[in-house]
This record gives sequence, C-alpha cells and structure tokens, in this order.
Amino acid sequence: MADGSIGLWTVPLAVFGGAIRVSTPFLFVSLGECITERSGRINLGLEGTLVMGAMSAYGISYVSGSPWLGVLAAGITGAMLGALHAGICSLPRVNDIAVGIALMLFGTGLAFYLGKPLIEPTAPRLPAIDFGWWSDIPQLRSALRINVLFLFGVVLAPVLYWAFRTTRWGLLIRTAGESSDAARAMGHSVLGIRLRATMVGGFLAGIGGSFLSLFYPGSWNEGLSSGQGITAVALVIFARWDPMLCLWASLAFGGAAALGPALQSVGVTSGYHLFNAAPYILTLAIMIITCSPKRTLTGAPAELSITK
Amino acid sequence: MTSEVADSAEAVSVAPAADAGFLQRHGATIEYILIPGAALAGALVVFGLFVALFGKNPIDLYFYMYQGAFGTWFSWQNTLTRAAPLILTALCAALPAQLGLVIIGGEGALLIGALSATSMALTLPFAPPLVVQIAMAAAGMVGGGLWILLSGALRQYRGVNETISSLLLVYIALAILNHLVEGAMRDPASLNKPSTHEIGAANMIGTIPGTDVHWGLVFGLIAAVASYVLIYHTTFGFAARVAGGNIRAAKIVGLSVGKLILTVCFMAGSCAGLAGMVEVAAVQGRTNANLAAGYGYTGILVAFLARQNPLAVIPVAILLGGINASGGLLQRRLGLPDASVLVLQGIIFVFVLASDALYGRIGFLKNK
Repeated sequence: MADGSIGLWTVPLAVFGGAIRVSTPFLFVSLGECITERSGRINLGLEGTLVMGAMSAYGISYVSGSPWLGVLAAGITGAMLGALHAGICSLPRVNDIAVGIALMLFGTGLAFYLGKPLIEPTAPRLPAIDFGWWSDIPQLRSALRINVLFLFGVVLAPVLYWAFRTTRWGLLIRTAGESSDAARAMGHSVLGIRLRATMVGGFLAGIGGSFLSLFYPGSWNEGLSSGQGITAVALVIFARWDPMLCLWASLAFGGAAALGPALQSVGVTSGYHLFNAAPYILTLAIMIITCSPKRTLTGAPAELSITK
Repeated sequence: MTSEVADSAEAVSVAPAADAGFLQRHGATIEYILIPGAALAGALVVFGLFVALFGKNPIDLYFYMYQGAFGTWFSWQNTLTRAAPLILTALCAALPAQLGLVIIGGEGALLIGALSATSMALTLPFAPPLVVQIAMAAAGMVGGGLWILLSGALRQYRGVNETISSLLLVYIALAILNHLVEGAMRDPASLNKPSTHEIGAANMIGTIPGTDVHWGLVFGLIAAVASYVLIYHTTFGFAARVAGGNIRAAKIVGLSVGKLILTVCFMAGSCAGLAGMVEVAAVQGRTNANLAAGYGYTGILVAFLARQNPLAVIPVAILLGGINASGGLLQRRLGLPDASVLVLQGIIFVFVLASDALYGRIGFLKNK
C-alpha cells in the first residue's frame, strides 16, 4: 500500500477529492442563486455569469499577476450581470426566466469573444492548502489539497443560514420573496431588494467561475463550463432554498461529476461520456423524486415564478 | 405600482394576447412588427458600439453583415440553408409557449433526432433512397418528439420545471451522442473526429433545383405553416391557447390539459428532431459532435423575437440565419472572433425581452 498502488481505492478517493474540488463552483452558484430566489426572482443566467467570471478572473489574474484580484474581478463582473438581469426584470411585463435564458447566451458569447486571446497564456493560479501532509499516499494527498475558496464557501453556507433566519437583511429578502405586498406595505422597495439580491447572487456565481479557471481545471477554454451553472440552479430547488442543504447537495454533485474521470484513471473508459453526464442525470432524478404536481414545494418562496 | 404587479409571475407573457376590437387588433399587429424591429435596431447599434470599442469601424461591420447575409445570391443561399434548422428549432420553443411552457431544450431534441435518423438509415442499407429518407424523417421526428415529451410528461406528472429539465436533457443528449459516436456506432475510419458511418450519398435529400439550398428549408416552411394553421385555425390550437392563457378556465371548461401538454411537447420535439434529420441528411451526411452547433439555442431567440408566432418564425429565422451566415465574413474581413455572432445574438435577445415593456404604451397606437 505504501508504494502508492492503492488499486481500486483510487475511485472512492478520487470521488472524495472530486467532491471537494468539483463542488466549489456548484456551491458558490447555488448559494448565490439561493439568495436571489429567496427574494422572489429566478436568475437562469448564472450559467453565463459563471463563464464570464471564469474568463474575467483568468484575464485579470494574467494581467495583474494576482489571482485574488482575478477572483474580485470575477465577482464584480458577476454582480454587473446580476444588475443587468435585475434591471431588465424591473421593467413591466418582463419574464425573469426568459431574461435568464438571454443572459445565459449573452454571458457565454461575451466570454468567448473577450476570452479569445486568453486561451494561450498561463495565468497565476489560486493557491491550495495542503491538508494531506501527514499521509504517504499521493492520491490522498492530492485529494486533500484544498482550495481556500472551498473553505470560504463552506463557511458561507452556515453564515447565510443564520443570516436568513436572524438578520434584518435576511428577513427583508424573505419578505420580498414570500409576499411583495407585505414588503411594500412595510415601506420597502421590492425591486430594490431584488436588485441587490440578484447582484449578490451574481457576485457569488462569478467567484464560482473564477475557481474554474484559476484552480480546477485551472485554465481558460470555451468548454470550461458545460451546464454547471444551470445544474446549480436546479440544485437550489431540491435543496429547498436552504443554504446548508445547498452545501451537502453541492458535495454530492462534485462527487458525481468526479466519477467519470476517476473511473477513467483506473482504466474504465467505456461509458466515459455517460459518467460525465452523471450530475445532470442525478439532478433530473432528484427533481423527479422531490417534485410533486399536487403541492408546491415546501420552503419555496411564494413569489417565485418557477414554483407557481 | 403597475410595474410591481407585472413583475410577478403572472406576467409570463409568452402566450399571445387575446383579441379585442378591430382597431386594437390592427394596432397590435403594428406593434408586433414595430417593437421587435426597434429592439433589433437598438441591438445592432449597441453591437456596433461594442465592436467600435475594439477599434473596428461599425459602418464596415454593418456593410459586411449585410454582404454576408443578403448581399449576393451566394450569401442568400447560405442564409437560407442556415434558416432551415432555425425555423424547426424555433417551433420547438414556440409551440409549447402557446401553453405557457418555456422549453429551451431544442438542441437536445435536434441531437436525438439526428442520432435516430442516422440509426434508421444505417439499418436500411439496401432500401430505395426515398424509403430511407421517409424512414429517417419519421425516426428523427419520433426521437426528438419523445425527448421533449419527456420534459412535458415530467412537468405534467411530477411537477418538474420544464425549462430546467429540458436544458438538463440537452447535456444528457450530448453525452449519449458522444457515447455512441465514440463507441457502438463509430466508423473506425473516422480518426480525428469520431463519427458514425455515412448514410450514403444516394440517401442525401439534395437541393432545391436551381439553388444550393437543401430541401430542409421546405420542410421548415411546411412545419411552420402547419403549426400556424394548427394553433390559430383548429379547435385543438384554440384549446391549447385557452390552456396557455388560463389553466383554471381550461380545466373548468373540461379541457384535458395533460393531453394537450403531452401532444404539443411531442410535436415541438418532432420539429427539432426533424431539424436534426435535415442536418444529417442534407449537410453532414453522418452524425458527430459537429451537430451541436447551437441551432437549438438560436431557435429559442428566433421564437421569442417572433413572439412565439409560428408564421413570424419564418422571416425571423431567415434574419438570424443571415446573422449566422455573416459570421464567416466578419471573421475574414474584420478579424472579429467567431463568438461575435453569439454576442450579437445575446444583445438582440436582451433588447427583445426588455422591449416587452413597450407593448400597449406607444402613444399613436393607443385606442382613445
């Protein structure tokens, strides 16, 4: 065992490592979307935000030499796309789902356009903390090389859980999501609350994107995200708009997404593409199990168009 | 205040508005042309400014876009060839929209349709070409139809949101396609680009005489006109629009909403599946990952720009086909990246949706 040949144990180890590594973008997008949806609006455009975040993080990290500036740039880009979404949705008779689809196409297109010169160069990447120093097994050590952003995300989930329950801001967001009339009666601008909630959601989704280009897989190319953003939006639905459940669901998804590459590394290559589709199949399966035509989902914000 | 009310989900205005008096109807028709036209113009201006930021001359941009799309007979043919699948994938979004469903998975139905059609052609190696072509079209339509039917059925029986499920199914369809193309259905001779065996030159559907435009365009035109007749001139279409307008009213008058959803989703998927068959039988000659060229996504934009009207889908698809067709010229002459077409599409989409706010607010069209 000590010589690094751990046989089939590679697979669960890689899935475990993947759960941590691959789950980070899912985690950030789903936490961001959780905030937006709790305010009563759905932003399907986070797929585009994720790709734009990845591109701008890579670009800024390359130009400035600091990956953390890249992360910040990704967050700001995401917040700007969020503001665009919220701004258009504030117009009368505009459907938030359709705007999300539009921004999904716009964000991806813009990222591909601006990111063309970034495919070749190598940008400084985010550092990782080595939690596996005590082990001799290289696979375990690589699984335990954990990025700081993941730890931020893990801390953010309970913080959001607490904030939704106890802070003034959490209550305002929930009020806007449950009954816009009630929020208005309290003298608050529902559109303003949703604008801020969508911007914060976009900020987090942008950071999720920066993880893709600056840590894992750790480069910029046009195939970087294939549906992680939209999967994360679906994930919020079966996480019942609960940030803690978003955390567990993201970990499960990361594990599912790591299954294909893990099996390939031990020589199981048939069905590689099918295993790569595991997160989408898992999402669909969980949505089929947890949704019901007869009742609205428990925990669903009443103002959310997707649950009506 | 009104904006707040409209902001709620009841404002999902994908279904066409109900008719009112003659004057209003006239005004509405003008609006349906004027407002999307203005949105398109606005988007072109913004795209021009965007391109100017990168040091390109916007006037050159518009000139080459026109040249590449509609400037010559050659570019017209290129445009129409690209419009054919767009008409069909747009119907995949526009038909469910009559019922208030937002289906964005046309790309997946196109891929499954292409796979089904190719499989059908490969299982009939000795049949006469016409038989093979009809069987391919049928297989493509059934395959694509079942794919979107799945989203409709999940919506109807499990309450799963059809927008998200149809998009997830795109990624699953792509995985199935890659799996088969690199495995069971792979032509060992296709080394760099894993592909299925070719369906054979005799089985290709060919071009309309006197042009380089393939027959897929005619399939698209027929499908669009048939959808229009179905939606606006049959009891079935009327029932669908009632259910799309007010689902409770539809249930009260005894309409079987479930059956409507399933039928319409199947038809919508059939259109996109037929687009897949056309791409195989008229352009690619085989199935490979090239088929995922984004026609399904552009189709959504076409449907929204056409305000979900199957007849309006035709000119809009030609317009968007033209924008796609001009991409090559923009790349060669102006050195713009190929993604510039995607950026323009995104800008158009954003403008079109924002312009929804203008309906009923244009002074000179208002009834006094």
